[in-house]
Amino acid sequence: MTDAATILSIRDLHTHFPVRGGIVKAVDGVSFDLARGKTVCVVGESGSGKSVTARSILQIVDPPGRVVTGSIVFNRANGTSVDLAALNPRGREIRSVRGAEIAMIFQEPMSSLSPVHTIGNQITEVLRLHLRMGKKEATDRAVDLLRAVEIPNPERAIERYTFEYSGGMRQRAMIAMALACNPQVLIADEPTTALDVTTQAEILDLMKRLQSERGMAVMFITHDMGVVAEIADEVVVMYQGKVVERGPVEQIFHAPQDPYTQMLLGNVLKLERPSAIRAVRAPLPAEEPPLLDVRGLKMHFPIRKGFFKRIVDHVKAVDDVDIVVRAGETLGIVGESGSGKTTLGRCLLRVYEPTAGQILYRRTDGSITDVAALEPDRLRECRREMRMIFQDPFASLNPRMTVGQIIGEPLLVNGLAEGSALHDRVAELLKRVGLNPDWAERYPHAFSGGQRQRIGIARALALSPRLIVADEATSALDVSLRAQMLDLMLQLQDELKLAYVFVSHDISVIRYICDRVAVMYRGKVVETGEAEQVCNDPVHGYTKALLSAVPRPDPRERRIHTRHRYVSDAA
Amino acid sequence: MLGFIIKRLLWMVPSLFAVSFLAFVLIQLPPGDYVTTYIATLAASNEIVDRTAAAELRARFGLDQPFIVQYLKWISGIVLRGDFGLSFEWQQPVSELIWERMALTLVVTSSTLLMTWAIAFPIGVFTAVRQYSIGDYFFTFLGFLGLAIPSFLLALVLMYVAVVLFGADVGGLFSPEYQTAPWSWGKVLNLIEHLWVPVLILATNGTASLIRIMRANMLDELHRPYVTTARAKGLSEFRLLLKYPVRVAINPFISTIGWLLPNLISGALIVAVVLSLPIAGPLLLQSLMSQDMYLAGAFVLLMCTLTLVGTLLSDILLALVDPRIRFD
Amino acid sequence: MTAAALPPSAPTPAVSRFASASQWQLVWWSFRKHKLAMLGAIVTLMIYIVAAIPDFFATTDPSQQNARAVYHPPQGLHLFVTEADGRTSFRPHVKQMQLRRDPVTLAPIYQVDPTRTIDLRFFAEGYPYHLFGLIPTRIHLIGSTDPRQQIFFLGSDRLGRDVWSRILKGCQISMSIGLVGVAMSLLIGILLGSISGYYGGRIDFVIQRVIEFILALPTIPIWLALAAALPQNWPALLHYFMITLILSLIGWAQLARVVRGRFLSLRTEDFVTAARLDGASEMRIIFRHMLPSFMSHIVASVTLAIPAMILAETALSFLGLGLQPPVISWGVLLREAQNIRSIVTAPWLFAPGAAVVVAVLALNFLGDGLRDAADPYNK
Repeated sequence: MTDAATILSIRDLHTHFPVRGGIVKAVDGVSFDLARGKTVCVVGESGSGKSVTARSILQIVDPPGRVVTGSIVFNRANGTSVDLAALNPRGREIRSVRGAEIAMIFQEPMSSLSPVHTIGNQITEVLRLHLRMGKKEATDRAVDLLRAVEIPNPERAIERYTFEYSGGMRQRAMIAMALACNPQVLIADEPTTALDVTTQAEILDLMKRLQSERGMAVMFITHDMGVVAEIADEVVVMYQGKVVERGPVEQIFHAPQDPYTQMLLGNVLKLERPSAIRAVRAPLPAEEPPLLDVRGLKMHFPIRKGFFKRIVDHVKAVDDVDIVVRAGETLGIVGESGSGKTTLGRCLLRVYEPTAGQILYRRTDGSITDVAALEPDRLRECRREMRMIFQDPFASLNPRMTVGQIIGEPLLVNGLAEGSALHDRVAELLKRVGLNPDWAERYPHAFSGGQRQRIGIARALALSPRLIVADEATSALDVSLRAQMLDLMLQLQDELKLAYVFVSHDISVIRYICDRVAVMYRGKVVETGEAEQVCNDPVHGYTKALLSAVPRPDPRERRIHTRHRYVSDAA
Repeated sequence: MLGFIIKRLLWMVPSLFAVSFLAFVLIQLPPGDYVTTYIATLAASNEIVDRTAAAELRARFGLDQPFIVQYLKWISGIVLRGDFGLSFEWQQPVSELIWERMALTLVVTSSTLLMTWAIAFPIGVFTAVRQYSIGDYFFTFLGFLGLAIPSFLLALVLMYVAVVLFGADVGGLFSPEYQTAPWSWGKVLNLIEHLWVPVLILATNGTASLIRIMRANMLDELHRPYVTTARAKGLSEFRLLLKYPVRVAINPFISTIGWLLPNLISGALIVAVVLSLPIAGPLLLQSLMSQDMYLAGAFVLLMCTLTLVGTLLSDILLALVDPRIRFD
Repeated sequence: MTAAALPPSAPTPAVSRFASASQWQLVWWSFRKHKLAMLGAIVTLMIYIVAAIPDFFATTDPSQQNARAVYHPPQGLHLFVTEADGRTSFRPHVKQMQLRRDPVTLAPIYQVDPTRTIDLRFFAEGYPYHLFGLIPTRIHLIGSTDPRQQIFFLGSDRLGRDVWSRILKGCQISMSIGLVGVAMSLLIGILLGSISGYYGGRIDFVIQRVIEFILALPTIPIWLALAAALPQNWPALLHYFMITLILSLIGWAQLARVVRGRFLSLRTEDFVTAARLDGASEMRIIFRHMLPSFMSHIVASVTLAIPAMILAETALSFLGLGLQPPVISWGVLLREAQNIRSIVTAPWLFAPGAAVVVAVLALNFLGDGLRDAADPYNK
């Protein structure tokens, strides 16, 4: 049933990785088609085999992985076709397809480009290899390509190295490289995952434009349902090496058949609205004095240069920030990478020593202390009430201590419990975060990412805090776990009257959990307000740009291409 | 780039100062001083020097002055006039004794360095690309062995084998007829003929560790995403191997000069003693045994300077090939 | 692949054993898979047992000279004899050798005397010594039944001293100098490395430059010059310690660099920040949270530093500026092999060299395996 438009037809593909004591079937009987000029999105959570599928097409699966059976028929424009799966992975024939007829771009542009060759060198290489161009001709073509992917000053950019480019620019250069020989198929393996949403929107824009100009087929691999809804014509949903569902994007989003697809979408859509737990809460007393009142907070890191390491300038990571947190509420701090949100979160607990400003904290007795100016002993006291949850559930738990020791550590060092009392308290905390109390004797390596994050929460709760700073606490988790974790945090908030400062780059997470939001941009808070109001009707230009760059998980609401663009006054 | 080189050159100043200071401390370390030794030498030939004469001698050589003044005199003599002091054992200025031996030391160590690289580089790449192959195991085992055998032991075994099997003496850098002859083309050729034995022995240790370093570097780089990118471009395996992972792995390889050279100079010292090579080592040992400290100090100073210059060169070379360092 | 996710239901015993395995258990499980490293560990253990009680394994007093057994060749150990009636029975023995002299050069010539054997016995009585330096005893693992008969498993040297017993005795000094030297380097290295890594800034800068400087120096000339300055008339023990000190004076730099690197990377780890926020004191952070994280790395680095130390001592003693006779170390023994004529006469004088190679190989295998297993969490 291959029609003329089908350019790539994958049937019953199996890619296996022999490991000690068995075989990992990374791709287990995958079939789908790619049509000229169309975009197929392959979507799935980590470990679903989507990336290996992409690599199998060009036979560049890392050893010991190997395409075992199946066919990958590539139909050329001139009517000939070839089964890529049947070719020798190191042979001349498949090499003449790679980069020339089917090109590929990858997730991490920094590590996917050579650190010691210029961008120009890496682009001209493809041209000289496949099109047999001379040096001069290839260089001219490379400049044109860089111009086509909107890299400013391409004549000079071509001489630069990967590390001199910004993240978005690197991905553009990578696209230029992939498009050098006018391929008929472009395989994009999570090309925007490592990028900020506004940069992601720009790259998606660029890819869309180039695709319609050239009539390429695009196979786009992603885990982000929003991106799928935004760009896909067809969707392939993968789970544990198998295709569980495929069909037109409209059908997948509005009439999903497979339970896994439904679950995946359900989790994503759940995060599109504020949490149900928050909806039934009584409103916070309006005119209560704030729990935390941050005034004029600054954190400047010196830039040292030259032989004598003189300070030539400062990075203003946090630049004159005022925020207020009320008891029992969740304040979201949202921003892109480099906005200073994480630094701000860490300054609140004096993990970093702020350069200037006040962090006024109201104690239980109503007295107010400036955390920024506390002596070490008093600071320790304050840190019992202000706790932190970290982003990386693997790095934040000492792998050499048992879970019980980790959770008990704050109780022990503060002299609050020991012996059997400590043991009981740890068991109670484990139960509270939904873990089995018998697991206290285990080490963190025995737990999954989601479970580890729960351990981190239990540690934060151990001292009965009043405020918890959560730094990207759900970013490392798959989307199905994210909502669970947020619900747990909201539930604990209700039970223990906690206030959260929730730092995140993810608008949907912020909308789900936060009462109020502060938007950060280049070290400054550009907008503060009720979560609903900021998310639905932003005032500041940057917030508008940020929000409109977030793809919605609904193919009927495509809007990235008409998004708001923000040009900073400072720049 | 120029800035980097200038910065690196400026760093040499305190290093050289520290080295010269260290050498002078070593000179001063043994109990007694030049005059004590001088008197002892004279006493051996039944000449008695009385106390006032000794004090006079001390005043003349400036030995009654504080340490730092003596140091300044010594170092300024070296820097301004190339004067390293007197060797009492040889009754000659030190500078007349050291230069030819230092030059030969340089010849031996630099040929060893080149040899080490020439062997270790291809083998390192090969063992990484063919990880867990028979060849890999073979060279890995050889590498371990090379690391475990002290170079002087290897020299001894080689000498033993040469004597027992071939009845030949593999010691020395020259045939007897050239040993004291002035430099000529014949002597240079003769040197090259003799050079391979000590070079081979000296290269064993370094080669063993360099193979391991190169292999580890390559294994690190072989599975990097940029290699996959290159593969997806359609490059042949051999070409992409040479252009990408080998090119990146070569950088830490270059920086090995930094520790390889000091090791080589150390190793050459002992091997030279065993094989009686006319390079710095044996004379340094002899001067230390007889506490001819100005001679010993000069050798220590020059050997250390040699390794410092070597490190400098490797740093500059590294900056030349690695843009990440150049732009830092 | 990320860490195995556990089913919430009751875990199987194997899973729970893995789940509650401490760092050292994981290191051990991972180390155990490494065959060569295991071999290295076993050989190292045996070598250190010998180093602890060398006299027990020796057959002759290592310093006893024997003018009638100069350059005596090695005598192979035979375990069985064929009796007159053709039966084979267990009777450990060596073949006795007859000494004759070359009529012209007067050089000794040894010939196996087929008619005479020297019978051996396990746990035989021999020369008196102190076990572990404490317990006086005369029992040796193996010895001739007739105490007047000397046996030479590895031949004898130019003074007729037993090479086998001397190698065992030398093992004690050579291996202990490795340990003591590394312990001293470790002390300096950990101290300076952790100061450098913990405080950072200017102190770090200075220490870093010093380390770089030391690493760029050729070690042997400086060791030699330092050793040459030691007065010859010092007692043997003091001399031994000074030599060890001199060796570690340079050896610390490498260790300090490892420690500093670890400290720096750990200082900013999230779990260390978490401990600080938990209210743990600086001492507790260093000793409870940071130190266990790099103990295994330190152990691996130390294991790899010992062979370097052994080789350095051997080189120094070989050149005559390290340990001095009558102290016996492998380097001192190899001095006997320095002369080409003596090794042509008595090639068994290379035996201490073989001991060095075996010890260094074993320690390198062990260290490599430890280094690979040192971090069981980042795989």
